[in-house]
Amino acid sequence: MRKPLVVRILSSLDTRAWIAMAVFLGLALAVVPVLHLALPEESPFHVSTYAITLLGKIMCYALVAVAMDLIWGYGGILSLGHGLFFALGGYAFGMYLMRQIGHDAAELPAFMVFLDWKELPWFWLGSDSFGWAAFLVMALPALVAFVFGYFAFRSRIKGVYFSIITQALTYAAMLLFFRNETGFGGNNGFTDFKRVLGYGITAPETRLVLFGLTALALAATLVFAAWLVKSKFGRVLTAIRDAESRVMFIGYNPLWYKLGIWVVSAVLCGIAGALYVPQVGIINPSEMSPGNSIEIAIWVAVGGRGTLIGPIIGAFVVNLAKSWFTVSFPEYWLFFLGLLFIVVTLMLPQGLVGLWKKLMNKEGAAA
Amino acid sequence: MNAAISHSLEGRPEGSHGAEQMGHLVTGGLDLSHGVALYLEDITVSFDGFRALNQLNLTIDAGELRCIIGPNGAGKTTMMDVITGKTRPDAGKAFFGQTIDLTRLTEPEIAHAGIGRKFQKPTIFERHTVFENLELAMKTDKRVWTSLFAWLSGEARDRIADTLRLIRLDKEADRPAGLLSHGQKQWLEIGMLLMQEPRLLLLDEPVAGMTDDETMRTAELFVSLAGKHSLVVVEHDMAFVEKLGGKVTVLHEGSVLAEGDLATVQNDQRVIEVYLGR
Amino acid sequence: MIKKLLLVLLCAAGVSAHAALDPAQVRQLAAEDSADKVAAIRQLTQTADPDAVRVLQAMADDALYVARDKALIISGEQAFDAATGAAVDMPAEPEAVTVNNRLRGELANALAALKLFDADAAVRRASAQALQASADAGMAPLLARALERETDAGIKALLVVAHAQATLGDADPAVRLAAVKALADTASPAVKSMLLPLTDKAGEADDKVRYAAIEAVKAIDGRLAVAENLGRVFSGLSLGSILLLAALGLAITYGVMGVINMAHGELLMVGAYATYGVQSLFRAYAPGLIDWYLPAAIPVAFFTAAAVGVVMERTVIRWLYGRTLETLLATWGISLVLIQAARVAFGAQNVEVANPGWMSGGIEVMPNLLLPWNRIIIVGFAMFVLFLVWVLMNRTRLGMFVRAVTQNRPMAGCVGVHTARIDTMAFALGAGIAGLGGVALSQISNVGPDMGQGYIVDSFMVVVVGGVGQLAGAVWAALGLGIFSKLLEGWAGAVIAKITVLVAIIVFIQKRPQGIFALKGRFVE
Repeated sequence: MRKPLVVRILSSLDTRAWIAMAVFLGLALAVVPVLHLALPEESPFHVSTYAITLLGKIMCYALVAVAMDLIWGYGGILSLGHGLFFALGGYAFGMYLMRQIGHDAAELPAFMVFLDWKELPWFWLGSDSFGWAAFLVMALPALVAFVFGYFAFRSRIKGVYFSIITQALTYAAMLLFFRNETGFGGNNGFTDFKRVLGYGITAPETRLVLFGLTALALAATLVFAAWLVKSKFGRVLTAIRDAESRVMFIGYNPLWYKLGIWVVSAVLCGIAGALYVPQVGIINPSEMSPGNSIEIAIWVAVGGRGTLIGPIIGAFVVNLAKSWFTVSFPEYWLFFLGLLFIVVTLMLPQGLVGLWKKLMNKEGAAA
Repeated sequence: MNAAISHSLEGRPEGSHGAEQMGHLVTGGLDLSHGVALYLEDITVSFDGFRALNQLNLTIDAGELRCIIGPNGAGKTTMMDVITGKTRPDAGKAFFGQTIDLTRLTEPEIAHAGIGRKFQKPTIFERHTVFENLELAMKTDKRVWTSLFAWLSGEARDRIADTLRLIRLDKEADRPAGLLSHGQKQWLEIGMLLMQEPRLLLLDEPVAGMTDDETMRTAELFVSLAGKHSLVVVEHDMAFVEKLGGKVTVLHEGSVLAEGDLATVQNDQRVIEVYLGR
Repeated sequence: MIKKLLLVLLCAAGVSAHAALDPAQVRQLAAEDSADKVAAIRQLTQTADPDAVRVLQAMADDALYVARDKALIISGEQAFDAATGAAVDMPAEPEAVTVNNRLRGELANALAALKLFDADAAVRRASAQALQASADAGMAPLLARALERETDAGIKALLVVAHAQATLGDADPAVRLAAVKALADTASPAVKSMLLPLTDKAGEADDKVRYAAIEAVKAIDGRLAVAENLGRVFSGLSLGSILLLAALGLAITYGVMGVINMAHGELLMVGAYATYGVQSLFRAYAPGLIDWYLPAAIPVAFFTAAAVGVVMERTVIRWLYGRTLETLLATWGISLVLIQAARVAFGAQNVEVANPGWMSGGIEVMPNLLLPWNRIIIVGFAMFVLFLVWVLMNRTRLGMFVRAVTQNRPMAGCVGVHTARIDTMAFALGAGIAGLGGVALSQISNVGPDMGQGYIVDSFMVVVVGGVGQLAGAVWAALGLGIFSKLLEGWAGAVIAKITVLVAIIVFIQKRPQGIFALKGRFVE
């Protein structure tokens, strides 16, 4: 019997995973808001604005990590340019936020006034509409990923070559966005946002809604990804990762599979970027720097690639460590990050999830 | 009979990979009239001045079982690369049936047209289970969108089970393929080929690393496949070649040196020179 | 002191020479009014008398005095008659002739003009060169006379230009026309700006002269553009040399070991800091030899970077053999550690590495094309390193082993090549070459912890375009990329040029995924 799609999606996660997800959503949508709004600041259970912003930010990163894992862990394609898709989503939504700063739709963003521009460039057209912005958030990364991916995969660029080219791509984009004339605020990018959909962007309620939306997006991505990798599509994808020529000789065209997952991954990054910008309050070209993109890979590697929970764990562990280090020992952060890259690749090829599994197996064998 | 074959191959639309592919396959479903399955004429391939194939001519009849032998560097693997679209010839014609021009199709398109290939080194999906290996190889719509929502029918499961029994891996169905022995991997790859339901099978040293018993069973399998399928077997193991019967082609320095049954070829003076040295 | 001695000599020479100057004229030099002084200087200049040089030089050196209504030149305890050069008694209270800035300019020009008549051709040439951009109308007759007398063709050509400039404002259109025509053959921005006013009606009433001026400006513009493009090609060449030094090491490590070393840029940084260290040692212990710190830095940088490379290879890269993507990540980690280590050791700010004296200045090929010595030397240095690498790879046993491992690692191992040791040595070599790149880089750009980051993308592009393991490919790709991006920079600006180059490479890879010089064959994959 052919099972309905909904059933198949539901069965792509096991019961334990659904319970964990329900707990997570309960915390993010109910417990955290109550603890933030209802409790006074002195209370030890009060969740501070700082914590909400930090956790919201890390959830965006976790979403990016899942997207990265789809392409790297399952597709075997290491992208060093995912920061570009994240930033494109962020910029697409940032344009809308910039237009919300002024009280009048005709008002130009401040950086354009400084440049002495008299009217909006054509690509800002429609940026005052939330719907258009939401569309761009997904369409822009998808378009860039499609065009780039089509040419790259068609000419069978793979392995480190592909990685290096993606790095060059994001680097080129960063240089482009650094220019004032490009029309995206140059060095400073977009900041000083005031409102989103008419609500004050720093209001606690707005923050909590954004926080909740991010949690929902992360959960939905996880379900979607679980379904994707369990489908035949996912099996073909891992088959391409392990033996591409065999896949071709049994009649699959790897181009469309790779391109498919590549574009999906880029769109997820774009969504993450759009959720990130209103919470953090700034987007600038440094998000596209090669270093940022390669850091995404280490989140995935630390957690364990080829698993879905791994990248989320990795994103949380590395970024919590980062915020702790940059406050307490700023000069040691790069040492830590660098050593993390080395140690994880040398000693923990399967990441923390792999380590956990190994330990469990050992215990099981001993018992 | 011809009509039946071309009908069975025409049924599937091949869209999504662009109009070019559509054109080839729709106008040129496999046409085995005149009894020719594979036709290579004056194929030449050179790498940096070295001629791997030198005006190679080869015709394989429908349903034929052909063995190709030849010393290292004779061009056997390169020939297979040309037939499966991995390498483009510098000159010459390569046709599958009467109408399908192999020099203009990509690897997946050629696989769809009905040519299956087994590599010298067994290439299977080591991290997938044996069952999944066969499932992936099964002849079906292999486009992205269909794969997303694909679901195995009972009929398909039965087919996989049949093949599992045929290649004697039914007990291993749920094990990762990487854990199989070398011989079992060879069999799995042959099973994957069969799941593709190809009209022409290219088998590069299929019994390397098999026990004698496994070798003999493989020979029996191949002989039973001939007739329905065309088979091209590249092999060094003369006992195996003998067991297969069939016509033998000797390749040397990129072109055909001799052709005929095994006994004739073995007595050919030039073949002896090539194998024993001058 | 030396100046004074010269002056005495000059005066002495004056005495023995021919007839003296007109004393009244000389006296005028000490007139009350500067306008009178200027007139006197010009008159003296017109005589084209070598004696005038002596007097004017003394005036420029503030050695001209007035006493008893006579102009005197006083040098130390001695006094001479300015007009005749004869020694006279030291007057009681000589009054100095004041020379203001306007007069100084006038004097400099006059002295230069007078030197046009010097017996020494070298002096005449220098003087003619000095007048190339500063000849004014007043000098026209003098220049005409010098032109008549001049025999040396080279100096004559210089004089023609100077004379033309001086007569550009002449009242006679025919003279102006001749001047414009003479200037049309030059290639200097200064001449161009001189001609520009003559190209419109307000500046030049005569049609013929105006058209000639327009033509002349066009001709000069053409020549200036040539020079500018040559300059760009040259700076592209020097950028290409740096890229080559950065990419050579990568080509070796990637070619031999298939290792993508993301810390390669940081090895450049190590080389540059090693140069800085050697410079500091020279400053502290051998300040007299400071100009020669650079040759000493070359081996130090090479071995420091090579040592870092060996440590990297032995501790990390060796364990990731065959896992290229992981190697990429691990070496990125190494690069972060190295950057932070440099920050901790030397501070986050750029450190100052100075060009040695012999590297400053340059060769002036055309008036607007100066090839700086430091860049010329870097191009030469890169060629030298390339040559060494070529010799090493093609003429030594190590090179043979390295090439064997590049082509077929298992087979090389089978025939007894110690592949692990070759890996280490190849990696050390690649790292050392990066260190040499760092030495070169320290001479033309900032030395700081982040300096390597900017080169990693570029040098990988070189390797990608050139093809894996191909020395020739790396060379052509490096020089090609360098020149291409500098030419583009000239037309479109640095950022757009950079983006265009990156996009061009991405497109290029479509056509030739294995690079320009890749081997073709079924063994490639």
